[in-house]
Amino acid sequence: MQTDISRRQFFKKSALVAATLAVSNVRQVRASERETDQQLATLIDVSRCIGCEACVDACKQNNEAKFPRPVKSFPKMVPARVKVEDWSEKKDVRDRLTPYNWLFIQRAVVRADGNEKEITLPRRCMHCVNPPCVKLCPWGAAIQQKNGISRMDPDLCLGGAKCKSVCPWKIPQRQTGAGLYLNILPSLAGNGVMNKCDRCYDRIAEGGIPACIEACPEQVQTIGPRKEILRKAHELASSMNGFIYGETENGGTNTIYVSPVSFETLNHAIDKGQGMPGLKKVKNEMSEANALGAALLIAPIAGLASAIGRYYKTVKKHASGDPL
Amino acid sequence: MIPPTIAIHPGSRRKMLYLITLFIITLTGFAQMPIFKRYYIADIPGLGWLDEFYVTHYLHYLAAAVLMAVVFDGVAGYLLILRKHYRITVSGRIRGVSLFGLVLTGALMVMKNFPGYWFSQQAIIAMDILHIALTVFYLCAALWALVSGKKWIEKF
Repeated sequence: MQTDISRRQFFKKSALVAATLAVSNVRQVRASERETDQQLATLIDVSRCIGCEACVDACKQNNEAKFPRPVKSFPKMVPARVKVEDWSEKKDVRDRLTPYNWLFIQRAVVRADGNEKEITLPRRCMHCVNPPCVKLCPWGAAIQQKNGISRMDPDLCLGGAKCKSVCPWKIPQRQTGAGLYLNILPSLAGNGVMNKCDRCYDRIAEGGIPACIEACPEQVQTIGPRKEILRKAHELASSMNGFIYGETENGGTNTIYVSPVSFETLNHAIDKGQGMPGLKKVKNEMSEANALGAALLIAPIAGLASAIGRYYKTVKKHASGDPL
Repeated sequence: MIPPTIAIHPGSRRKMLYLITLFIITLTGFAQMPIFKRYYIADIPGLGWLDEFYVTHYLHYLAAAVLMAVVFDGVAGYLLILRKHYRITVSGRIRGVSLFGLVLTGALMVMKNFPGYWFSQQAIIAMDILHIALTVFYLCAALWALVSGKKWIEKF
């Protein structure tokens, strides 16, 4: 394909591209501000948590009806590398995330002011402002509500666990033997349902607050509009000379931790692994593709420019009597 | 008037670009489902990236950008140069409509992925299903066109 573009044309096209990008970014920021203002966030004051696990009990009791009820025996999986994930006989596990334990207390022994100290903090889904689990689910089985809650639809989820793969904290947990896949091709596609904290969306819909917040004897958690929660988090962090986690992680989450000990220190001290998320800094996983997504607006313009260029070249050649 | 000999210029490099882009966008599109690892395809040396969802997502967008440029180039080229001498065949119309649907649903899905853009679950499911259905429909139509020698356009 021949290109015939003058310097002036190049600058004109570049300016057009820049203007398109600028407009698209402005719209995105405005929409983003509107949306995130409506989202509910929780503030977790780590300095108040005593690790009593009242929140864990409350979560289990409140969400018991939502927990998966697998049908046994499980379908034979094809190919055999697809492993059954069965937590139904281990419902009492509470020191990590499971399909039956959506919240657990993470413990870290750290040295502060010359003394060893145990820090405890409740861990569950961070409820990202732009959740990859929801945005990248190929079936629409993960939902983000307007109030910022992200949750799984157990009637639609096939248990492919893509949500877990793309989650920076690997939060969703799979239970084999439950869900829609049993009615489609149980051996060949799907493997159960994914489960995670839904921040008691049903209680919130009725004007209540999540069970973990209500049950906490130390008022570790506060819930409110994200803007307000961030303001409180910064005030709290200033008052204790502390640190904030969740404000910018993965582009921003709706779970904001404030701790007197740095999260880098905590991340080193906690047990991490399957069902036990870390506390490291997390870049915005969706940002690179979304930056390219904004640039997609340019593609039609480039195509049109190419066709128009070809047209004028053709007309010019024809007018000059050049052999075609 | 521009003679039709110009109009029928094969544009073989554009066609090659179109076919390569179509292959990449289809491959990375199917890679949005967690199937390539399960069925050992990502185990083939050199294809491990097919199980990297962020990589395939990015490549899908990249291929979409190229595809949209090629499609708009083709449509505008037809309207500006070819329209007076050529008409779009039935096969071309079928493929064109499904491509348009793919671009439209794809654009909505890109929008959905931006922070701050909210779509209902029903809308997301509809977009997902329509996008996959249109892909399958387009591929079948393209295969049918290939086998039966149907072109996008034909002389009046």
